Amino acid sequence: MECRDPVRKALLDDLDEGFGELFNAYRGLVFSTALRLTGKWADAEDLTAEAFLRAYRALADYDQDRISELQPRAWIVTIVMNVWRNCARHKSRKPPPHLFDEPVETLDPGEGVEEAALRHETGDELADLLVQLPSDQRAAVVLRHVVDLPVSEIATVMRIPQGTVKSHISRGLKRLRTLGGAR
Amino acid sequence: MTHDPIITGLAALAAEPPHDLYDRIAARWTLVPGPIGELSVAFTDRGIAYVHHGDGFAETFRRRFGRPLVRAERPPAGLVPALRTGQASGLEVDLRGISDFQRDVLLAARTIPRGEVRPYAWIAARIGRPKAVRAVGTALGNNPVPLLIPCHRVTRSDGVPGEYVFGASAKEEVLAGEGVDLARMRELAGSHVFYLGSDTTGVVCFPTCHNARRITPPHRVGFRTLAQAEREGYRPCKVCRPG
Repeated sequence: MECRDPVRKALLDDLDEGFGELFNAYRGLVFSTALRLTGKWADAEDLTAEAFLRAYRALADYDQDRISELQPRAWIVTIVMNVWRNCARHKSRKPPPHLFDEPVETLDPGEGVEEAALRHETGDELADLLVQLPSDQRAAVVLRHVVDLPVSEIATVMRIPQGTVKSHISRGLKRLRTLGGAR
Repeated sequence: MTHDPIITGLAALAAEPPHDLYDRIAARWTLVPGPIGELSVAFTDRGIAYVHHGDGFAETFRRRFGRPLVRAERPPAGLVPALRTGQASGLEVDLRGISDFQRDVLLAARTIPRGEVRPYAWIAARIGRPKAVRAVGTALGNNPVPLLIPCHRVTRSDGVPGEYVFGASAKEEVLAGEGVDLARMRELAGSHVFYLGSDTTGVVCFPTCHNARRITPPHRVGFRTLAQAEREGYRPCKVCRPG
């Protein structure tokens, strides 16, 4: 018999208390993912709260068997991705009000993203580059390198083959280097 | 092994959510004394969301609100005194998830002072939907925060208490505790009196309005309809606003 996941066990014992365990176990993972996908603190809070609420509502309808088969980490991240994609779809229906009003940051032209990352003060330069990536590449890079999910789990979460995950990651990283170098 | 600064930089982008984020997800609950016995109360970061009497609190809350419940260390500030005094209009309530119509109905009911009652049609008129009297009854019957939004103060104008979330007898009990004399309303209704006027001020009120209760018997005039009172030169009270 496999060693039981403690979150799953807590959910089976008592849904409301177990949900607190689920939140504590994955809040950093979910929030980090949300923050680096959306690029905005307030959006990340909204996305995190919405994803956990949906998770709770789904769990309330699951029977014991379904909960005992749950892979909590992949499951919660899948919900985050769904909520994020739905929000992005809603936003893309109307054009952003100020398309060209993004603040132009002045960086030392000699400093590439590598050096900026090395200085790693807040990581904000890198975070800004991250949101410029196409959404699939951004998602794959965030899941792999910000929150450290294995490629196999990212494939499950994004519902794409592992090979595609790897190519999104390598293209994403390459583009980050290019974008960083172009500054 | 090569050290890739981009990979290191990405790993450093992980962040913890603000410590109070769980309050946006879960509701807290507590047991408090109320006028008809112990009440279970759930509240969120926006205010009181649910007041329940009797069994089945957690299951009903889960079905209705779809949020986890966490036991609170103490009741939110102001809740216990609000229940004791019947004056709860200063308390924050969380009315997310209800229709605009129900919200309007509940906020109108919230303006009725302790010790007074208004008919269902009064709420309907107040919210600009004079024909929606039945829907007003339904909206009040689904009040998520009874006692804090005093839906018990909306009664039939013949002095019969009418439906209530916690049952008709609880409604009469709560109203009696607030000093409403439903028996007297029934007596007046038996003589077809639904409004009371004062022949000294020329003002006409609902019978439980504090202005009506001050009229001395020799000057008290009963009316069946507001139109009848107005024909005789009375104007509607600006406090209880019968018209």
